Amino acid sequence: MFDFTPFFENSGEILRGFWATLRLAGAAAVLSLIIGTVMVSFRVAPVPVMRKFGTGYVNIVRNTPLTLVLLMCSLGLNDILALKFSSVSSTTYYWWAVVGLSAYTGAFVCETLRSGINTIPLGQAEAARSIGLTFTQSLRMIILPQAFRSIIAPMGSVLIAMIKNTTVAAAASYGEVALVTKTIVDKPTFSDGVIPLFLGVAIGFLILTLPTGYFFGWLAKRMAVAR
Amino acid sequence: MSREANVLFDIPGPRARKRNRLLSVLVSVVLLAILAALCWRLQAKGQFEKQLWTPFTEWTVWRHLLLPGLLNTLKAAAVATVLALIFGAVFGLARLSDHWWIRLPAGAVVEFFRGIPLLILIFLAFFVPNKISPAIAESPFGQLQRMSVDYFFFIFGVESNAGVVTVPAFAAVVFGLVMYNGAVLAEIVRAGVLAVPKGQSEAAYSVGLRKNGVMRLVLLPQAVTAMMPAIVSQIVVLLKDTALGFIIAYGEFLQAGFKQVPANYHNNVLQAGIVVAIIYIAMNMSLSRLATWLEGRSRRSRRTSAKTLGSSGPPPAPGMTRQATGEPGAA
Repeated sequence: MFDFTPFFENSGEILRGFWATLRLAGAAAVLSLIIGTVMVSFRVAPVPVMRKFGTGYVNIVRNTPLTLVLLMCSLGLNDILALKFSSVSSTTYYWWAVVGLSAYTGAFVCETLRSGINTIPLGQAEAARSIGLTFTQSLRMIILPQAFRSIIAPMGSVLIAMIKNTTVAAAASYGEVALVTKTIVDKPTFSDGVIPLFLGVAIGFLILTLPTGYFFGWLAKRMAVAR
Repeated sequence: MSREANVLFDIPGPRARKRNRLLSVLVSVVLLAILAALCWRLQAKGQFEKQLWTPFTEWTVWRHLLLPGLLNTLKAAAVATVLALIFGAVFGLARLSDHWWIRLPAGAVVEFFRGIPLLILIFLAFFVPNKISPAIAESPFGQLQRMSVDYFFFIFGVESNAGVVTVPAFAAVVFGLVMYNGAVLAEIVRAGVLAVPKGQSEAAYSVGLRKNGVMRLVLLPQAVTAMMPAIVSQIVVLLKDTALGFIIAYGEFLQAGFKQVPANYHNNVLQAGIVVAIIYIAMNMSLSRLATWLEGRSRRSRRTSAKTLGSSGPPPAPGMTRQATGEPGAA
């Protein structure tokens, strides 16, 4: 039962699965940061229309299950509306998985950034204005540096959750590690070694998530704003 | 908000007001243009056909597909919530134990289940027992396996046939939800107890209470009030995560609304997705409202001296000291 040979026989596939997970997580990290930043600038903007749109986006996306978001991207937008990134099906499904995961994570990034801005006391901005800094200057030199430093740890949590969420892309025809695991288990020839397989996958995810958590925790402590 | 100063912008003057109006128009035009492009695409692909939308106005569709699915979702969520709360309370308190041989294993269990994806946990419960049970049935543990299935796990629909244990999708989903959310709730419980000021336990010890009494009579009652909003928001995450049952074909709401309905009614995937999403959003937002309301109540409450744990997210990942602001649920 604890025979690791079947695991090593399939290790190539599993590693390819983790590589696919990493590619998805990397692209989604960048794109969700962009989406989150744009949305938070909408949510805190002085223009009511933008604020409404930002709030609406966050409330809708955050309360929809990620499975549904990803399925809507792959089955709805890609298959039915034929909005394809590429004619190669694996490429277009990859990019739709990136877009879906980023759209979902972006809502959480937006909320995290907003809470970072909210931690700054009003006095900081008032002091900045009273010494004659313009809006851009006070944003660049006073507000954003403090906001970014206070959200390092929560952003780490969002990143870790996003890495774990890449598995849901299995529902949207993207061949990451959860789908690979399922394929291997479903093989009729694969009868032994199911425990080593799951242990390996679990440890793989712990290797991705735990150091990320400790790193962001260390960074947050180092960069904390004394207040 | 619009009439008062905040960190990012001042009260708008005449020039700023003019600029804001211009921006409003501009943004509205852009958003409407995107919406129009989408509608044009939908029209081009014939997605406004009446037959694609009407299934959701028919009572038979609701009665035979959507409502049973919704019931299954709520059933899994309810069972998982109860068990996860028990798991969370036990492991959260175990992590606060004075004995290292309780504290460390409990910590390892909590970090393990928090660190791996929920879907992998669900797969674990769904695929593994079926594969390994024949081997166990022949080992000295065979009797134990048979008895645990016959006397306990049958509650969740687990079956044992000639040594092969089959876990139904419902039990697999519940297992995953309990382990993951239970681990997060354990962290919430721990954070809640730690949020009670030290003076409270010192005072309790000084009037002669023992460890058990301090925890039961002084710390926990205050901690529960403080962590209520965080618990409710974790239940929102749990409810949302039941949708992962879709992947192992558990007949929950997403399976019913997004797979069964399109399969029977002209593949109306987009329409089904929109209707299903609206219902999920309504359910989750009303639960979130409850969390916000509880948070306000708890902050005003004089029954606790602990600082309220925000409803905005579970406790931070390992190594992080600050309160996280929002961890996306898995689904």
